Amino acid sequence: MTLLAPRPVHPGRAQGHLPRLLAGLADGSRAGLHLHEATFGPLPLPAEPASAAARRAASRLIDVVERSGLTGRGGAGFPTGRKLRSVAAGHGPAVVVANGCEGEPASRKDRLLLSRAPHLVLDGVALAAFAVGASQAYVAVHAGEERLAAGLEAAVQAREVAGIDPVPVRIVRVEPRYVASEQTAIVQRINDGPGLPTFTPPRTHERGVGGRPTAVNNVETLAHLALIARYGNSWFRQAGVPSAPGTALVTVSGSVARPGVYEIELGTPAGEVLMIAGGPTERPQAILVGGYFGTWLPAEAAWPAPLSHPGLRSVGAAMGAGIIVALPESSCGLAETARVVRYLADESAGQCGPCAFGLPALADALADLAYHGGRGDAAERISRLIRLIEGRGACRHPDGATQLAGSALAAFGDDARWHGRRGPCHGVQRPPVLPVPGDVEYW
Amino acid sequence: MSQRLRVNPIMCAGHGMCAELLPELITLDPWGYPIIARGPVPDELTPMASRAAAACPTLALLIVEEEGR
Ligand SMILES: Cc1cc2nc3c(=O)[nH]c(=O)nc-3n(C[C@H](O)[C@H](O)[C@H](O)COP(=O)(O)O)c2cc1C
Ligand code: SF4
Ligand code: SF4
Repeated sequence: MTLLAPRPVHPGRAQGHLPRLLAGLADGSRAGLHLHEATFGPLPLPAEPASAAARRAASRLIDVVERSGLTGRGGAGFPTGRKLRSVAAGHGPAVVVANGCEGEPASRKDRLLLSRAPHLVLDGVALAAFAVGASQAYVAVHAGEERLAAGLEAAVQAREVAGIDPVPVRIVRVEPRYVASEQTAIVQRINDGPGLPTFTPPRTHERGVGGRPTAVNNVETLAHLALIARYGNSWFRQAGVPSAPGTALVTVSGSVARPGVYEIELGTPAGEVLMIAGGPTERPQAILVGGYFGTWLPAEAAWPAPLSHPGLRSVGAAMGAGIIVALPESSCGLAETARVVRYLADESAGQCGPCAFGLPALADALADLAYHGGRGDAAERISRLIRLIEGRGACRHPDGATQLAGSALAAFGDDARWHGRRGPCHGVQRPPVLPVPGDVEYW
Repeated sequence: MSQRLRVNPIMCAGHGMCAELLPELITLDPWGYPIIARGPVPDELTPMASRAAAACPTLALLIVEEEGR
């Protein structure tokens, strides 16, 4: 997948004030500290972080973030101001963790941001640390992505030399698997554990790294925070819609002419975003929104759906980490889903019975339907498994998989009946549209 | 205050002891892991709920106190 700088390419809509996050960057370039400060101005932090005035400034910063309406860009869309406030209210010095793992195979936005605008993310880390009264911060990335990690370490060093950051920032490498970037898993990894999700309570914001109140924020969320601290909450709300203010990075792939990462205003209809990405190269039958914990929507339903948490909720979908995949007519949505659910089953941490046994059973039933016709009752077996698995893991990994599977039954219901009567369609032999790490044979 | 049952699915080893002691609220899934009935524990069942929680070999069955109903 190519990484494109977001550009105002669609004539129908005034996107002239975009990009925000990648402002000042020419195609493919990376902002060093100089260019970063020339573009956005210096990091707005008080000189005496320990003073009473600074503590008031920290509380004001959280007010501004709350008023901006910024929500997390890592998947769940939780209000960032509220998260910072609860961490700030905890006992003793806090910890900030920037989640830059981007475990979603079809997402590229966090890597793009970290590699091209590292200082914007690190500004966000510094500001979050200031806001919650942290004494230590971490940026988590996948182990094995050494260029990315080394680039971040160089950026942190440049800031140390310039004396910018109020707290030490450490880059941590977590195992490159889907569940290892769930927030309790990252916390456990930093705490020298195996790096798997843990049972809650205790919640991360109460007891996280070293037992201290810990704010885990997605790296894009922190980059928005860096801009809100500079330009204010009203500026932030000039883009997007009142129910979902601001912009978001989305990764568009599948059958579109220019797959890549784009910055869009929240509330932009999904169809318009596909046009921004060059438009379909083949008639899409369905759109996957939100990633592998996401939702298949039939193309006609997806086209006008506003890309925002509330907008997508109203059509039974979720924004996730801003992933949009156009599935061409010639592909088989059931086969695509079967492959992805097999991948998610393999990625289970294997700690919880309903996830460890339920997801493989769900993947088997989906594969049966997609590749063998389903013996007449696969759709009912799938629905039964979904009800059985939902809500019963320590983390939301199994719920993500059941959401995807359930939406596939709804969006590809006609296909399921066809597979049942006539056996697999031609689409199952098409090259896969949804990427799965490792590219193993999944049936 | 009312009580609610919760399973820590990481600790739970699927022994099924809890379902034997409290079949009114706990059934087992096809893999032997407990499914808890929705809603608060009815007053008449709270003593059995406590016994089931205490009997779980891995202390995975939790009784959570919550405000309101
Ligand atoms: C299985 C699983 C994997 C996750 N992977 C990521 C990830 O790769 N990056 C990320 O930012 N959040 C991920 N999350 C969400 C995090 O747990 C956490 O909610 C998020 O980092 C908080 O940041 P935000 O509030 O800024 O969105 C994952 C959650 C689950 C359940
Ligand atoms: S639900 Fe699955 S992925 Fe989450 S902790 Fe349990 S076994 Fe691991
Ligand atoms: S008794 Fe404990 S370990 Fe056994 S099934 Fe019940 S909760 Fe799980």
